[in-house]
Amino acid sequence: MTHSASIKTALMGAAALIALGAGGAAAEDIGACLVTKTDTNPFFVKMKEGAQQGAEANGIRLSTFAGKIDGDVETQIAAVETCIASGAKGILITPSDSRALAPVVTQAREAGLLVIALDTPFEPADVADATFATDNFKAGELIGQWAAAKLGDAAADARIAFLDLNPSEVSVDYLRNQGFMQGFGIDIRNPTDIGDEEDPRIVGHDVTNGNEEGGRTAMENLLQKDPSINVVYTINEPAAAGAYEALKAVGRQDDVLIVSVDGGCPGVQNIADGVIGATSMQFPLLMASKGIEAIKTFAETGERPQNSEGLDFFNTGVELITDAPVDGVPSKTSAEGLGMCWG
Amino acid sequence: MTDKTGSTGGRQEFEGSLAESDTRVARFENGSRGMAGTIQHLLHGNPTLVPVIVLAASVAVFGLVAGERFFSPFNLTLIMQQVSIIGMLAAAQSLIILTAGIDLSVAAVMVLMSVIAGNLAVKMGVPAPLALLVAFAGGTLAGLLNGLLVTKVKLPPFITTLGTWNIFFALNLWLSGAQSIRSQDIDAAAPMLKVFGNALEFGEARITYGSILMFATFGVLWFLLNKTAWGRHVYAVGDDKEAAELAGIRTDRTLVSVYMLAGFVCAIAAWSSIGRVGSISPQAFYEGNLQSITAVVIGGISLFGGRGSILGALFGALIVGVFQSGLRLAGVDVLWQVFAIGWLIILAVAIDQWIRKVSA
Repeated sequence: MTHSASIKTALMGAAALIALGAGGAAAEDIGACLVTKTDTNPFFVKMKEGAQQGAEANGIRLSTFAGKIDGDVETQIAAVETCIASGAKGILITPSDSRALAPVVTQAREAGLLVIALDTPFEPADVADATFATDNFKAGELIGQWAAAKLGDAAADARIAFLDLNPSEVSVDYLRNQGFMQGFGIDIRNPTDIGDEEDPRIVGHDVTNGNEEGGRTAMENLLQKDPSINVVYTINEPAAAGAYEALKAVGRQDDVLIVSVDGGCPGVQNIADGVIGATSMQFPLLMASKGIEAIKTFAETGERPQNSEGLDFFNTGVELITDAPVDGVPSKTSAEGLGMCWG
Repeated sequence: MTDKTGSTGGRQEFEGSLAESDTRVARFENGSRGMAGTIQHLLHGNPTLVPVIVLAASVAVFGLVAGERFFSPFNLTLIMQQVSIIGMLAAAQSLIILTAGIDLSVAAVMVLMSVIAGNLAVKMGVPAPLALLVAFAGGTLAGLLNGLLVTKVKLPPFITTLGTWNIFFALNLWLSGAQSIRSQDIDAAAPMLKVFGNALEFGEARITYGSILMFATFGVLWFLLNKTAWGRHVYAVGDDKEAAELAGIRTDRTLVSVYMLAGFVCAIAAWSSIGRVGSISPQAFYEGNLQSITAVVIGGISLFGGRGSILGALFGALIVGVFQSGLRLAGVDVLWQVFAIGWLIILAVAIDQWIRKVSA
């Protein structure tokens, strides 16, 4: 794939130029970098907004970088390298690959930078100084509990389809997936492995790349495997919207429960419209603004951020959004959700 | 010098051996090629035969492995739905590849045009037919840009479309704000955008208008390429541009028209993709350009230009669809599906090279 290689080279060049521009600012300024998976996903757009707001409020010089697509490891590595070279004090990063980015991030820490993972934890999590993230396992667990409660006794013979992210099984992918299973009452066995379960209620897994087109195709594929599917777990709301289209094409949209994670505004609107049954909302703006504050504190006092109690990351919160609340799972309505959503 | 010529009736002595010589006019060898040679020649004459054979064989094999579920009308029509968009892009890609070019921007043009149509019709309330016309014009203009860069600025097609791919992708993100337009909003504001998602249903079979559109597009392009002077010019330019020029073909004009037509086909595909996906997603079809090249190559169209039938790309797209469906139904993991497609590409090009080596 020489094409993509040459694009990456071009992007690296562009990133270097940006860094040079940033390097021209006054030396006593505190510099920070934000490296997101893509510039395309509204989640990261919101995250960038949060970082920019935080940077402005704290007088921090912010440079932002993004991979071209989710999984674009090379561009992210180049961005971190550029950031080290630019003399920034800290990096906020959503790693496109929890393991592949570890070496370059370690290099950044050795160079004295504070590295905070946003949204997606590293593996192991302590590769970064801290992780500011949604509790993705909890996010999955909430929608799993909701789906099980919604089905009631029928949960015992549910037919469940899993629409995951991509074949590389990144942490956010398996955390949400396994969280859902746990919440639904499935024995998850190895909690970092999707697909080692033997519960007969699982129809199958397919990947969506987190977009509508992938969601639709994956749903069609799983319906092929078993047309009696009645519960659909989706990695995010665009994938859920695609799954809904596939179900609608075969007239099944009204008797299948679709659950998702994200809390993007179109997704919350889809809760109101009955496309998605329930979704776990996360708060990207908060992750980034807290991250910027942490870099400022570190630059001034050398103090590193602490994890939430009992977790190996700082939990930025998760909220279940549904218009069909069930007992025992606290939730907010889509109307309330529209006031808090991102994107 | 009087000689005996006259007296011996006009025949010289050394000419006596003529009687034993071969009296036939020059001719080609035959008969002695052997099995492989015969096949090679047959394929050389009919390059589309390879994908047809592969398609038939893969349908047969997956039918055996995956059984009834594979052959169900539902599944067979589903395969057509799933390949309909990549099929359309492959049609556009074939046009370019027949001219010995390559177009990396096809999918980006398509997604950009779907975003433009969606922005106009859903967000700004422009009547849907008008929004679509703007998208068609936009696609054609995008093709014109590619064509002018290739012919006037004399950039290689690979570099030209590598550049425009990035440009169109960035415009797409800018215009869409990286946000999908929801299916429900399209239904409310401009249901016409989703018309190709509707289907003719015969029992289990669901033939979407989008699949029909794909077949129709190939039909029209096949006619243009094979039954019109323009089509012969396209092949001539692809085979040998200089020779075509010497033969009086206005090669630059032909090339620009090919890029414009390809852009137009991408815009039509944009309309179809809204029906297929349901919503308008700026992030869908990111690898559509490579997938379209895959279909074209598996379809036996030579990357060196001027050889192959556009129908090959249709078969190529279907082969990929059949492989994915069959492997899935057989319970094969996604990554092995990717693995299999990789080998298919290499095999297809290897066969193409072998066929090209045919001796006259």
